[in-house]
Amino acid sequence: MQQYWKDYNSTGFYDELISARGNARLPAKKLVSYLKSLTAEDIAARRMAADATIQAMGVSFTVYTDEGNIDRAWPLDIIPRVIAKKQWDVAEKGLAQRLQALNMFIDDLYHDQKIIKDGIIPEFVLKQSVNYRKECEGVSPAYGVWAHVCGTDLVRAGDGELYVLEDNLRVPSGVSYMLENRSIMKRVFPEVFEQVDIAPIGDYPARLFDTLSALSPRKEKQPVIAVLTPGIFNSAYFEHAFLAQQMGAELVEGSDLVVGDDDCVYMKNIDGLEQVDVIYRRIDDMFLDPEVFHKDSILGVPGLMRAWRAGNVALANAPGAGVADDKVVYAYVPQVIKYYLDQDPIIPNVETFLCYKDNERDYVLNNLDKLVVKPANESGGYGMLVGPHSTKKERETFATLIKANPRNYIAQPTLDLSTAPTLIGKHTPEPRHLDLRPFILQGKDTYVTTGGLTRVAMKKGSLVVNSSQGGGSKDTWIVDTDAGKTGIDKASTDKKNSDKKTVKASPSKAGSQNQSQSSQGGA
Amino acid sequence: MLSKVAERVYWTARYLERIESTARLISIYDKLLFDLPRTVQLSWYNLITINSLQNDFSERYAVQDERNVIKFLIGDESNSSSIVSSLKAARENIRTTRDVIPSDVWYAINELNRYVKDNIQQGINRGKRHEFLNHIVCGCQQILGTLYSDMPHDAAWTFLRIGRNLERADMTSRNIDAAMAGIMEAQDIDEAVNTHQIIWLHLLRSLNADHSYRRATRQTIKGYDVVGYLVTNEYFPKSIEYCLNALISACEQLPNSKGLTDYLGAIKSDIVDDYEPESLGQPLRDDLNELQLHIIDLHKKISETWFPVWD
Repeated sequence: MQQYWKDYNSTGFYDELISARGNARLPAKKLVSYLKSLTAEDIAARRMAADATIQAMGVSFTVYTDEGNIDRAWPLDIIPRVIAKKQWDVAEKGLAQRLQALNMFIDDLYHDQKIIKDGIIPEFVLKQSVNYRKECEGVSPAYGVWAHVCGTDLVRAGDGELYVLEDNLRVPSGVSYMLENRSIMKRVFPEVFEQVDIAPIGDYPARLFDTLSALSPRKEKQPVIAVLTPGIFNSAYFEHAFLAQQMGAELVEGSDLVVGDDDCVYMKNIDGLEQVDVIYRRIDDMFLDPEVFHKDSILGVPGLMRAWRAGNVALANAPGAGVADDKVVYAYVPQVIKYYLDQDPIIPNVETFLCYKDNERDYVLNNLDKLVVKPANESGGYGMLVGPHSTKKERETFATLIKANPRNYIAQPTLDLSTAPTLIGKHTPEPRHLDLRPFILQGKDTYVTTGGLTRVAMKKGSLVVNSSQGGGSKDTWIVDTDAGKTGIDKASTDKKNSDKKTVKASPSKAGSQNQSQSSQGGA
Repeated sequence: MLSKVAERVYWTARYLERIESTARLISIYDKLLFDLPRTVQLSWYNLITINSLQNDFSERYAVQDERNVIKFLIGDESNSSSIVSSLKAARENIRTTRDVIPSDVWYAINELNRYVKDNIQQGINRGKRHEFLNHIVCGCQQILGTLYSDMPHDAAWTFLRIGRNLERADMTSRNIDAAMAGIMEAQDIDEAVNTHQIIWLHLLRSLNADHSYRRATRQTIKGYDVVGYLVTNEYFPKSIEYCLNALISACEQLPNSKGLTDYLGAIKSDIVDDYEPESLGQPLRDDLNELQLHIIDLHKKISETWFPVWD
């Protein structure tokens, strides 16, 4: 083992790669022994190679600052996070189960509201949900699915188990970074990919395409699919362009679309208008259609809701799907799963206190220094209070906020999030907290990404993993420890075999200078 | 194909062509100055005149010396035609058309952008300027090569061709005009004949045309032959005739192009078919000026046809 690994120690937390006793966990064995064999100079060089690759591939995200928008290179830590396939298989089922139940829930809310009539969820939770859209009542999207793309945040706590932290059902982002992280890692650590059975993840764009395709209202023809982006100033623009390109879909902005008198949506093409069938929209509900929502939105398309309600265009995710990523609704998801599927949740929730309940609110107010308080409808890690890291003044502010609007706040115990070795400074591995965002697709079929995007809090002790707030990321490996490659041997046999393959034809005339393939370079 | 994507692709090609021709122009300009007799008053500032940037330049700099001209053309972000500005614009256009442009082109423009950012000082100082500019030319050629070999020859490709050939016709006419202006200024000096030769040769070199000119004309360097070659040679890819032919054949492949191809045909018959071999001096400059106006008009017509502003 190289010296710089000797001091690695994540006491008090569950580490994803290295156990409390300092041994590599089973699925990470080959990776850890490989990493430990690299010299400090080696690892620093790989890291630089990764940074250069990220710049060349143009992988970036936009941060909004006071000085304007800054395009930042995507932060990737080159030490991967590893999960055993056996454990992932269970999580995958749990994620599919969860989204299925959530979609049944959303569909119910916009139709009969049986779950409220049956007293499972109090009516005022729905009435006061900022993401409930009256305009969606009575609409029946294909397959009864409202949230076609979901990003569910998982965390691993001190007991080594996975928990759901939140569901993102509006416009979850990150999947492009998951895919790009993998391509970068393949370039930087090719030899490890030869030795370890790492499940591939590259089929996501094709699955997304299939999911969207199946939503098309015009079944008789190849659907026209568009990714609707707010534009280059959006923090996730890279992802919008990436997904459009990977799917072979059109990347459009609101101004490229128009809704006709026939309530159909059209693209403004060089030869006139062309009908659009499916829109993967990456714009929030409120900006989608100035006729219905924010009147002054220039990002949206006037009449889009009309077209959607008439069934002439499919929107993914459907407007109003965000009603289920309210954090108060989150607290009820176990009951939601039970109610619609008559199953127990496969992945548990994190214990959650609802501030609208008197006794739970009292508990929260008395324990602000121990809890994490979250507003019910924010994303990106904004507007949170992390109790143990907070000042007295911040806690007082939150106490006032909670009392003023209890429905809008929930609290959770401060989680002892798991850690993984992360390169800090030039090349020192130190434990840093992380979470995991897998992506789940639902429509005609259901699909869960193999692993997901691992996000890392780069500051020591910090639990804030959001890239907008200085978080980093890791490639996530789902490793099958049962079946397996036998290491270097396999790779070298493959090579031998390929050497025996067809020898390129050489030109018969010695004088010919123009050969179809150079025979000199080939052998 | 989306109008907006078509417009961005068209501009991508124009910017790439502009970057390459600017880099080329600067990189061979000092050779011209070294060759000219000292009595000839041709300066670096001529590069500003070629590109019609006199006003923009005077807003930024008082002294018209080599350093300021080079800074303005290579690294000045306030000059929208500078190499860094054009590169930035090309990259933004590629970034917003990734659904139709091959990924390798996106990677290549990122690399080139990064190289220019990291080495801009090399371009401004004299010592390594050639290396720097050569790298830029190679970067542009790599992108063109990738587009040529990887991109389906569909509508997007056609818009690239249109952008490239329009920009080329523009650059070629500007280059001829600048050479003619230089020669008219150096009319009355003792070394006039020799000086004319040097300037005409330089004109060919700045368009990478010196070798093909000799092969095509089997002539030494003579003013009307050089101009004739650059205006009416149908095979040289930067000649006015070639660019106009390419524009016509590209436009024909796109919808609603009748008006444009008719207009292009009229320009061609005016500039190329009616070209008078003996025309040099002010009459030539007047013709070139007319061509410049046509090119501005062409851009307007292209926009109206395929990137209209919708209500």
